[in-house]
Amino acid sequence: MPEQFPQIILDGDSQVYWEGIARGELRIQRCAACTRYVFYPRSICPHCFSDRLSWVVASGKGTIYSYTVAHQAFGPFAREVPFVIAIVELEEGVRMMTRIIGSPRERITIGAPVRVSCESVAEGPTLPYFRLVE
Amino acid sequence: MPKLVASSPYAAIVGVAESDLGRTPGKTALQLQAQAARGALDDAGLRFEDVDALFCAGNWAWSPNLMLAEYLGIRPKYSDSTNIGGSSFEAHIGHAVAAIEAGLFDIALITYGSTQRSDRSRGRGNPAFRLTEQYEGPFGLPTPVGAYALAAMRHMHEFGTTSEQLAEVAVATRKWATLNEKAMMRDPITIDDVLNSRWIAEPLHLLDCCLVTDGGGAIVVASAARARQTRKAPVWILGHGEAHTHNTIANMPDLAVHRAAIASGRTAFAMAGLTPAEMDVVEIYDSFTITVILTLEALGFCGHGEGGTFVSGQRTAPGSPFPMNTNGGGLSYCHPGMYGIFLLIEATRQLRGECGQRQVQGANLALAHGTGGVLSSAATVILGKD
Repeated sequence: MPEQFPQIILDGDSQVYWEGIARGELRIQRCAACTRYVFYPRSICPHCFSDRLSWVVASGKGTIYSYTVAHQAFGPFAREVPFVIAIVELEEGVRMMTRIIGSPRERITIGAPVRVSCESVAEGPTLPYFRLVE
Repeated sequence: MPKLVASSPYAAIVGVAESDLGRTPGKTALQLQAQAARGALDDAGLRFEDVDALFCAGNWAWSPNLMLAEYLGIRPKYSDSTNIGGSSFEAHIGHAVAAIEAGLFDIALITYGSTQRSDRSRGRGNPAFRLTEQYEGPFGLPTPVGAYALAAMRHMHEFGTTSEQLAEVAVATRKWATLNEKAMMRDPITIDDVLNSRWIAEPLHLLDCCLVTDGGGAIVVASAARARQTRKAPVWILGHGEAHTHNTIANMPDLAVHRAAIASGRTAFAMAGLTPAEMDVVEIYDSFTITVILTLEALGFCGHGEGGTFVSGQRTAPGSPFPMNTNGGGLSYCHPGMYGIFLLIEATRQLRGECGQRQVQGANLALAHGTGGVLSSAATVILGKD
């Protein structure tokens, strides 16, 4: 029996974020006190401890900060190997984990420009994947 | 600045032991810890009723300390279940020294045990992503290996570190394992063997990764006054430090720099009044080959970005000028999930001169450094003998 995609437990920090992803919008937070961007979503700014955080829609553009090709994976992800996982640094300066899709492995490099692409996963949620900018 | 304690240490390691290691079918985490605890107390010439503090870390119970103390029949007056991953036991040493300095107890027992290999608990999928797991878990990164692969890829990008240099660590560590009859993997390997082993998460091959074993260990720490009355010469705790910088890998401040280890090492060396060059033997957490390279740089054994060059030419192998991971490490000896306690056990034995054919001659000062999580936490302990 194939394993189910794990449930994502939405909470008071994450609900707005996931609602955005479902609509194709990458929402991050910005701190009104120190003006820095924040990801993942929180109730307190990790740079200045202010609670004056508000939501903004990110540009969706960034570069690959690092990546790996998983040849072994766990649970429902095991059947998808090999796949490319990356940490992307957004234009806004925050980093997030993602998958890089739509390009052969040879074209994936650190520093390559990428753009968000919200994709619905089979029997799972919509997730913010990234594609190389051609 | 931390005060210097080198002239008069507060506490010492007076007993160490492993349980059965490798594959222990039918054993429980409690049995392995009981076996190791008996061994460590016997090594110290102490009895269960002498123990007045218990330190342990594990994920086999909601409160490992409560379950283990009851099982062993210990009623400690001081308890610490700090769990910051594989470095927890180096942190426990620091916490024990601080509490002994404060006069809170005299004899601490530190234990770990896991049956992860027999349980086949590694690789089991997570049924739900809660709290901050939900921003990384859905992408399927195999952890911890995938996180260390991301760090390795960044280190290669910034500094030109090569797969061959990573493999140097695995090959040298295996050479030490051939000298340790307790090591699980004792057949010599070559750099080509590492490079030709299958990919797990690029750029890490199978032989860049630690073993998955069962096993347990225990350490007895005593106040200075009590340490002088135990069975063997005390191994003095000269310095300790700990730090953590992040939980999930995307939140590591700089993937090519082990900042937690920079902080923990700096504190430990300052407290001991010693420098990296003065260490005679070092035991460095080797969950993956990249862990070692990042840690050597962070502790100041070489410059940032120079770790790959530093380990080249089998510099850390037996008979080399830099004896490291002398029991065969997590890569070849054992790695039951949280490996940090075994670093301390080996460092203690090296300073006592108990290591037989793998003994480092003239070892007076040793360093044990744990790394936990996904390069998240670090704790450093510096040990010395009279």
